[in-house]
Amino acid sequence: MTAMIEIRNLNKSFGGVTATDNVNLTVTKGELHAIIGPNGAGKSTLIAQLSGSLRPDSGTVIFKGRDITTKPAYTRARLGMTRSFQITSLVMEMSVLDNVALAVQARQGHSFRFLKPARNVSSIREDAMKMVRKLGLRKRADDPISALSHGEHRQMEIAIALASGAEMMLLDEPMAGLGPEESKLLIDFLLDLKGEKTILLIEHDMDAVFALADRISVLVYGKIIATGTPDEIRNNADVRHAYLGEE
Amino acid sequence: MKTLSKTGWLTFAVMLALAILPPVFFLTGNAFYLDLATRLVILGIAAVGLNLILGYGGLVSFGHAAFIGLGAYAVGIPSYHATWGGFDMVASYNGLFHIALAVGISALFALVTGAISLRTKGVYFIMITMAFGQMAFFLFQSLNVYNGDDGLTIDVRSELPFINLDKPLHLYLLSYVSLVVAMIVVKTIVNSRFGMVIKGAKGNNERMITLGYNTYIYRLTAYVISGAMCGYAGFLLGNFTTFISPDMMHWTRSGELMFMIILGGVSTVLGPVLGSSTFILLEEVLSSLTIYWHLPFGLMLIILVLFIRGGLMGLLIRKGR
Repeated sequence: MTAMIEIRNLNKSFGGVTATDNVNLTVTKGELHAIIGPNGAGKSTLIAQLSGSLRPDSGTVIFKGRDITTKPAYTRARLGMTRSFQITSLVMEMSVLDNVALAVQARQGHSFRFLKPARNVSSIREDAMKMVRKLGLRKRADDPISALSHGEHRQMEIAIALASGAEMMLLDEPMAGLGPEESKLLIDFLLDLKGEKTILLIEHDMDAVFALADRISVLVYGKIIATGTPDEIRNNADVRHAYLGEE
Repeated sequence: MKTLSKTGWLTFAVMLALAILPPVFFLTGNAFYLDLATRLVILGIAAVGLNLILGYGGLVSFGHAAFIGLGAYAVGIPSYHATWGGFDMVASYNGLFHIALAVGISALFALVTGAISLRTKGVYFIMITMAFGQMAFFLFQSLNVYNGDDGLTIDVRSELPFINLDKPLHLYLLSYVSLVVAMIVVKTIVNSRFGMVIKGAKGNNERMITLGYNTYIYRLTAYVISGAMCGYAGFLLGNFTTFISPDMMHWTRSGELMFMIILGGVSTVLGPVLGSSTFILLEEVLSSLTIYWHLPFGLMLIILVLFIRGGLMGLLIRKGR
């Protein structure tokens, strides 16, 4: 099995707080790897360092065999890695279709094209429409994003990551704030993607994690204390003590 | 045939009025109104140019008067040396050379200042663009060769093929056609894939970066285009006023330009033109009524901005629905 992303000896601290403590982790191609851990364990900080919005203090991030530790976020995206945000991050004043179209357009290389109206580029429009239909939002394609519900926003987050054509998706709490039914819909959506995309999933919803993950890593105070299959994690004494045991 | 939208009709009507009314006034002996129209059309070009980054890009540049000033000096300095000698490299009355110089210098100034300014965000961006504008202002204020603070009179206007800028009607028509072209250019850009990136970055820059767009480069490009358009407006303004001074670059001028856009309606192609028209006409009418015209002028502008969301464009489009 080939590695999609390899994290080696990653460290990051803010003042006296160690947010990432010598993290080593390999996610193989096609794997859905979940990271769980109590609040403040450094999960989002880890994602930020992988996606490029935060620079680690030390350590290396290798993506598809290339050292990307110092590469800016947009370069990483172009290499095939994208992320979704814990707090919905879409272009609110643009339409549903335009938001997806921007992701498709990004996949087609540079956008220094000044003449042809973007809406007339059929390769972009058709791909974007396909994705919108897949989300069941066809009737709302022209509505501004701000008119959608929270649940639809969460779906859009993933749809946009998907439309960008990235092979690897970093999903930061995609279920945050969703009701049980909406969660189930999203879990099904992600199950469909399994094997096709490499996914690093951060999630508090344990049902989702155990339903989806091939492997799980447990992060506590910036340190990975265990990595294994859902069953191994469920039965790991350290994990039960540090995390699950609290419930 | 595709029918025009409401905005389309409004644009058509306003532009038609601008094409017909001022020349008619001129030909019927009211030369003053052509003068007024020339000024508002030229400032309209600058406002349309600034709107590309301010309205569509969400980048509040507070230094765009500098580009207008640079464009005007690109007429004044070569013309001055062609008359009085010295600085042979630029001494010329050739209008095409003036245009190339005006656009080139402002694009270059935009590239250098934009490259630095665009590394900042929000209020810092506003402050740093204003600082660069003031830098240009003080630079020209200190250039004694060109009379510094007192300004420079342009004795000979730019010479263009087929067009005689000494004739008010020629100058007006050139300005008008330039405005139409500027509006088409901006409209085309904002609808293009490039424009989508600019607008996307306005709404959510981080998202755009995560998608793989190096938004900095896209914004810098838009900033340069915007600066070059204002430089071109400066070329026209220099030929119109035949007197240029560092005052054209002062930050209050940049503020007026911004105000025109907000008044007319940001992120619309016609808005800046409506804004510049209203601004200039109001200024004219009020100052003819009283010497204390600044107070009612300011109050009216504040009321307009406070109570009409989306500027005049918002008012006109909503009302007719």
